[in-house]
Amino acid sequence: MLLEIKDLHVSIDGKEIVKGLNLQVNAGETHAIMGPNGTGKSTLALAIAGREGYEVTSGKIIYKGQDIVGMAPEERARAGIFLGFQYPVEIPGVSITNFMRTALNEIREYRKLPVLSASEFLGRMEEKKKLLEIQNKLTNRSVNEGFSGGEKKRNEIFQMAMLEPTLSVLDETDSGLDIDSLKVVAKGVNTLKTKENAFVVITHYQRLLEYIVPDIVHVLYDGRIVRSGGKELAIELENKGYDWIKKELSRA
Amino acid sequence: MSKIQDSTALKKQLEQMFRENSKLISSHDQPFISKAREEAIISFSDIGFPHGQMEDWRNTDLNKALSGKYTSLFKPGHGDQSIDQIFKCNIHELETDQISLLNGWYIDTKKPLVKQENGVISGSLAKAMEEYPEIFEKHYGKYADKDKDGFQALNLAFAQDGFFIYVPDNVVVEKPMQMISIINWSEGLFIQTRNLVILGKNSKITMVHCDDSTNEEAMFNNSVTEVFIDENAQLEHYKLQNLNNQSTLMNAIWFRQMKNSSLKSNAITLNGGLIRNYTHTVLDGEGASAEVYGVYLMDKSQHVNNQVFIDHAKPNCYSNELFKGILDEEASAVFNGHVLVRKDAQQTNAFQSNKNILMTDTAKANAKPFLEIYADDVKCSHGATIGQLDPEAMFYLRSRGICAANARLLLLYAFAREVVDKISIEALKMRVYDMIRKRLKGELNICDTCALHCDGPNKEILFEIDMTKV
Repeated sequence: MLLEIKDLHVSIDGKEIVKGLNLQVNAGETHAIMGPNGTGKSTLALAIAGREGYEVTSGKIIYKGQDIVGMAPEERARAGIFLGFQYPVEIPGVSITNFMRTALNEIREYRKLPVLSASEFLGRMEEKKKLLEIQNKLTNRSVNEGFSGGEKKRNEIFQMAMLEPTLSVLDETDSGLDIDSLKVVAKGVNTLKTKENAFVVITHYQRLLEYIVPDIVHVLYDGRIVRSGGKELAIELENKGYDWIKKELSRA
Repeated sequence: MSKIQDSTALKKQLEQMFRENSKLISSHDQPFISKAREEAIISFSDIGFPHGQMEDWRNTDLNKALSGKYTSLFKPGHGDQSIDQIFKCNIHELETDQISLLNGWYIDTKKPLVKQENGVISGSLAKAMEEYPEIFEKHYGKYADKDKDGFQALNLAFAQDGFFIYVPDNVVVEKPMQMISIINWSEGLFIQTRNLVILGKNSKITMVHCDDSTNEEAMFNNSVTEVFIDENAQLEHYKLQNLNNQSTLMNAIWFRQMKNSSLKSNAITLNGGLIRNYTHTVLDGEGASAEVYGVYLMDKSQHVNNQVFIDHAKPNCYSNELFKGILDEEASAVFNGHVLVRKDAQQTNAFQSNKNILMTDTAKANAKPFLEIYADDVKCSHGATIGQLDPEAMFYLRSRGICAANARLLLLYAFAREVVDKISIEALKMRVYDMIRKRLKGELNICDTCALHCDGPNKEILFEIDMTKV
């Protein structure tokens, strides 16, 4: 199993947001996590990536057989975990090229692979850009600076393509996207998908799942996964809305 | 009280030195310069050194620098190294005309004063005083206010040598002029260099002024520069400062700008015990513009003080100040920006900004941007920030596999870059980027600058690709 989350509790500033969450992801799978706003979707994503201040009060996040709770974010990234941010931060003055070269080389150094030469690196960048239909000029700019919502999300997918992670958690990558950008993002995921890696796609809407077809859909509510099922669950949610889940839960 | 006594001791020592050596000091003088010296030493006796109760000096502690033991050279001195060895190389790929001072004295490799075919004169101030009295009578001591503080008076009294540059009307100097000031002496030196730069109408020149140490000896350089920029003339002035931690540099530059003239100044402070850059410009003709920039990277107990005074004396002028600094360990910085918009200076555009990143709880920054406006149709703004690195950005970089130390470097480098990007000479810009990267990585030593040993350890730095070389 690639990822196994056991009875995870996460607090921010002493307030518990994730309240006993269980999740199992195998290599080769795509999972969708859906749910209303404020139920802990982003908190889960950031806890997996190791954001400071997201305190795991109990439970385990086992990735490739090792509990990663307490590991530095860069260590998790080097081990193959990638977070696609809901709100990618703007970093003026750091070009995407230098950012990715630094990241890739640190990851490769950690994995005892030779550092890429400048031309090898640029070749790889060209290849990934082509794959994702990303315009040339994007990578010459500072990270996310002045990017439109769509450009920011494409840039997240581009970084994912460059770093070739084993587990990608995409946090509401579809929010604020027009249909064209949505297609580019979906295409990225579908192209990068292999038998060895896995995707956890967090989304509020079913729309993205028309393009990225999940193997398993989970509903996150009040810090727990309250229901799991096939892709038809997403359609049911879209038709009936989240109130349907809330009602069922209060009845139970 | 011992501290005050110490600076008083230095004051007395200097006054006595002046009396004992006045013949030697004024040996190249025109009579009006000797007269100015006499008046200046009286001024200095009267006002003394600046102190913490003076607004401009409030957060700059001079006690240590003024209690040091110093000697002065009233004649050129070379120390124990050969001149060729000291001036080993230049900025890579940057073709410059180089003029140099060693221990405050002009080094004449050919002649003390060179007049080129196009009429440009460059060389020793001492020599120029003798040869061009008419220029000196018109400009020397006319832009610097000797009563502004004790250092200005002291310099006017003592200054014997320095750089002299004269660009005639309508001459565009293509090659940048590199002015290198090096200290190489076996004991603490107190030097007082003075530079005079004249740009004629419609002329243009770029100056790169480097202040370097060659050893770890203490020194005190009280430098004053006067620059006259006539109508439509353009000056770019870069200052690279990489001094040892025992060094004190008081660097005052006084500009007078005429109609439609433009000034771009950029001070890059990489090392130094105590550095004060005072930039004073009078926009004395319509359409003049002054861009005054600076970046400083300080650590240990280093201190840098950037003072800018911009006098919008005439309408339709533009000024822009941007100073950015990174302060580590116990380092401290002061920024005082003062823009004066006089009553008739309508349509003034003036902007000021100072941004600081503090890396530790013990680093300090004091920012005081200040606008004093008497005209009513102006556009002015000012701002200052003092903060830490953005934790969101740090997490973003780390989440891609970059370790905390490198993430910090990337962000600091990006922060400093905004100022470096304003350098318009490509080769110099690349060189400064490189120096800043080395400085941030703790790999820059004081010899590692434009003038010395640039072929030193050039460890490849991981996070930068020079796209032109791929």
